[in-house]
Amino acid sequence: MPDAKVKLAFELNSEPVEVAFAPHKTLLEVLREDLGLTGTKHGCELGECGTCTVLVDGKPVLSCLVLGLACAGHRVKTVEGMAGGGSLHPLQDAFAELGAAQCGYCTPAFLLAAEALLGETARPTRDEIKQALSGNLCRCTGYLKIYEAVELAAARLRGEDAKPAPESLYGVR
Amino acid sequence: MASGKKAAVTQPAAVGRSDGQLRVVGKAIRKVDATAKVTGATRFADDLFLPRMLYAKLLRSPHPHARITGIETSKAQALPGVKAVLTGRDLPIPFGILPVSQDEHALAIDKVRFVGDPVAGIAAASEEIATAALDLIDVRYESLRPITDAEDAITHPEPRIHDYGDGGNLHKLVNLEFGDVAEGFAEADLVREDLLFFEGSTHLPMEQHAAVADWSPLPDGKLTLWSSTQTPHYVHRALAKVLELAPAKIRVVATPNGGGFGGKSDPFSHEIVVAKLAMLTGRPVKITLTREEVFYCHRGRHPTLMWVKTGVKRDGAITAMHFKSLLDGGGYGSYGVASTYYTGALQTVTYDVPRYKFQGARAFTNKPPCGPKRGHGTPQPRFALEVHLDKIAEQLEMDPAELRLKHLVPPNSLTANWLKIGSMGLGECIRRVIDGSGWRQKFRKLPPGQGIGLACSSYITGAGLPIYWNPLPHSGVQLKCDRGGGVTVFCGSTEIGQGSDSILAVLVAEILGLDPFDVAVVTGDTDLTPVDLGSYSSRVTLMTGNACIQAAERARDAIASHAARQLEVPVARVAFADRRVFDLEDPTHGLAFADAVQLAEAAQGTIGTVGSYTPAPSPGRYRGAGVGPSPAYSYSACVALVDVDPASGIVRVPRVWIAHDVGRSINATTVMGQIEGSVYMGLGEALMEEMAYRGNRNVVHKIPSLLEYKSPTTLEMCDVVTYVVQDPDPNGPFGAKECGQGPLLPVPPAVANAVYDAVGVRVDEVPITPEKVFKALRRKEKGQPARYGPVTFPEIAWPEPTRVPTPWEGGDGRAVEGGGRRATEAARRP
Repeated sequence: MPDAKVKLAFELNSEPVEVAFAPHKTLLEVLREDLGLTGTKHGCELGECGTCTVLVDGKPVLSCLVLGLACAGHRVKTVEGMAGGGSLHPLQDAFAELGAAQCGYCTPAFLLAAEALLGETARPTRDEIKQALSGNLCRCTGYLKIYEAVELAAARLRGEDAKPAPESLYGVR
Repeated sequence: MASGKKAAVTQPAAVGRSDGQLRVVGKAIRKVDATAKVTGATRFADDLFLPRMLYAKLLRSPHPHARITGIETSKAQALPGVKAVLTGRDLPIPFGILPVSQDEHALAIDKVRFVGDPVAGIAAASEEIATAALDLIDVRYESLRPITDAEDAITHPEPRIHDYGDGGNLHKLVNLEFGDVAEGFAEADLVREDLLFFEGSTHLPMEQHAAVADWSPLPDGKLTLWSSTQTPHYVHRALAKVLELAPAKIRVVATPNGGGFGGKSDPFSHEIVVAKLAMLTGRPVKITLTREEVFYCHRGRHPTLMWVKTGVKRDGAITAMHFKSLLDGGGYGSYGVASTYYTGALQTVTYDVPRYKFQGARAFTNKPPCGPKRGHGTPQPRFALEVHLDKIAEQLEMDPAELRLKHLVPPNSLTANWLKIGSMGLGECIRRVIDGSGWRQKFRKLPPGQGIGLACSSYITGAGLPIYWNPLPHSGVQLKCDRGGGVTVFCGSTEIGQGSDSILAVLVAEILGLDPFDVAVVTGDTDLTPVDLGSYSSRVTLMTGNACIQAAERARDAIASHAARQLEVPVARVAFADRRVFDLEDPTHGLAFADAVQLAEAAQGTIGTVGSYTPAPSPGRYRGAGVGPSPAYSYSACVALVDVDPASGIVRVPRVWIAHDVGRSINATTVMGQIEGSVYMGLGEALMEEMAYRGNRNVVHKIPSLLEYKSPTTLEMCDVVTYVVQDPDPNGPFGAKECGQGPLLPVPPAVANAVYDAVGVRVDEVPITPEKVFKALRRKEKGQPARYGPVTFPEIAWPEPTRVPTPWEGGDGRAVEGGGRRATEAARRP
């Protein structure tokens, strides 16, 4: 019953990979089941929630709607590829610092969507952040700490010595 | 483990209190699991892959109400790759979360009760094969008339969905009276009645439920279940019962939950089915529900129709309140008996209500079962009460904030229904949101289409009584000090994203003078950790916190006694901070924490302690008094600003001001996150979230998908201005109360009241959809009542009331008449 496996080569988290998988599989399934990268999550597998977002050639895509076969020769980035050299990416660090990851299930997708945004604009407005993340659902945070974390990380990536606002951490005193 | 108790008894209690400064508690600290979560390293249940693992799927009923007349599974069995097929006959023992509602079977036996009710389970070599095999199972059904909603259940006692309950299709009837409400209404200057409806909604955690089971063959005969559950202890109990295994032969591991919100608090069919399939096949078996199936698991907010009648004096003082609720329970009991009581329990804990009557009814209907969603049974009555009070304030020509501030329940008091209030920061909460929002300059003064509304609320910090009534602790903690200076804390509590693991680390760090990241946390594993009842009822910070403090203080006392000898100072002067143990009067005179641990270990052996927590008994002793008591009540006040477009009826909420009395903030980061997340979920319920079913008699869920079930995205979420009010409660760890559920409650009524302020129409029903606003505006234009909402409350054959004298009538917390007539275990067990 299983289809004969196909072998595919692409770039994953800056390294070349070759993987054999059943040809009907989505990128989401190839990443999780055939490559063991479970950092990419799923919330619907119908392209509705954004939870499976990864970057393909730097652009956010819903990995549940992309066939693995379509990725031949492309650059794929998952959350496992964000931290480098033993330290967190500034977005990851800001998410952790501000509590933008509560249950953490939607977090990898938000991080990658935010990374794509910051790749395009170093100083996004709050509205630009909302637009860029509007395809990703989060049920824990109400998004506010996510916005603040993206803004904090953006500032740090610009080289600023940015700190969270006190009211962001403690409320309005 | 060495006995911590012994150490605690032989040492003075004041030891190690350092200089009274809190070094860790209350600071903004990243969660102990934050790094794992931002790197994708956290292993959720579906991230577990075991060698030789099989995949399970469930066949679910396509009928809302039907008898099963036959199941033929041989074709499915014969499909290559299928390893086992289960039907209801294989798992005949019923289960359920409450002892009084053991009405579920892992797979339906004779009857299905909602579209989505599981009927058969398959384990196969792959998900694809398992799915294909589902189509080969032939189930013959004989349709029964479905019961579509609560009013249908009242008018149609037959056919019965269950053969137990309070008659026909009514699962539970409650009738409680505290003081003479008729007398109170007679004393009132104004008596007002209102009808309101709160639509059902679902938790919608981003993680679909998943579970993996593994069976170690005889002579081990041991089952391990990893599951996305908020209540591993109750799953443990249900597995032992249904599978007829000794509890010691079952290990339940609660994997980190990718969101719970109450939706993973029941033992579920799929957990039992994969366990049985693993036992039958001798191989690990995984199941991951589809998003559609998550909608069928549900256990979400009960759709609730409410009638409230309140008598007030001219100054707004309440003389009496009578509240009725009718809950649409869905196909099974779940937590529904407790939910029913909760729709009547907390009306008394915000404003002084001297006489109170509550009548509640829960109906069985042929829909996915309702249960506990964030706020469990209390957001509905809170919506009703706060909108009702807004209308009363207008009739009295009083500012709604002033009305509330004048009649607050005093701290350290008893309510009419015998709830014991400790700290009570609602007044401060109201003042903060009023000042912060510029309420006095805005209320009834904004331009047409803009409006501002106020509402308040309260919530329990943990249910005062356990689900299984027994004298055992609600939470236990074990603590081990490593000679290298690290500490490991073990607790059955379950991390669902709310930050409960971090609470343990912060409290241990505070007491032993460590950094929270020096503390390893092991939670939610029935083999490794002492029982904690679970992540529900906002109980974890208070209950595990108190247990954790006890264990940590016992360790501190043991270490201090040996350090004192080494430092040659009185033990009362031994302080713990900055990973050191030192003389409080000469902080340079001390030793490293690790060295102090080694001293103690050398002298008395391994340093391990235990702590546990049991809430004090509550003063209410009538039947039904089990729901509502809590060690502490949190308080919230909320002001919502709205823009209403009269042409479309679309309501936008640009900003919410929320103040929450958390008693004491343990970790500022998680407190802020819980408050903002609660506002978000309340906003969704206020404006768009609804579990809707097709209007015909098939009772099919209209929209079991994330696309069609509307929840707020970044584009709908409002700005939130948060005020953290800290009115420490003596029962809380360092005074802490809950913050994960309470701040949701005032949001829907604040939005409803703001809509009225904006366009002068009352939408007495959530969600406040554009259609409802538009209809109410049209009625206003035509000179009809400017309102959208329910117009009648059905006749219900209530039982005789249980009459309980109030504390100020000289009562003793017991009923005087009728109290025993409906005596059921349910009444005593939340």
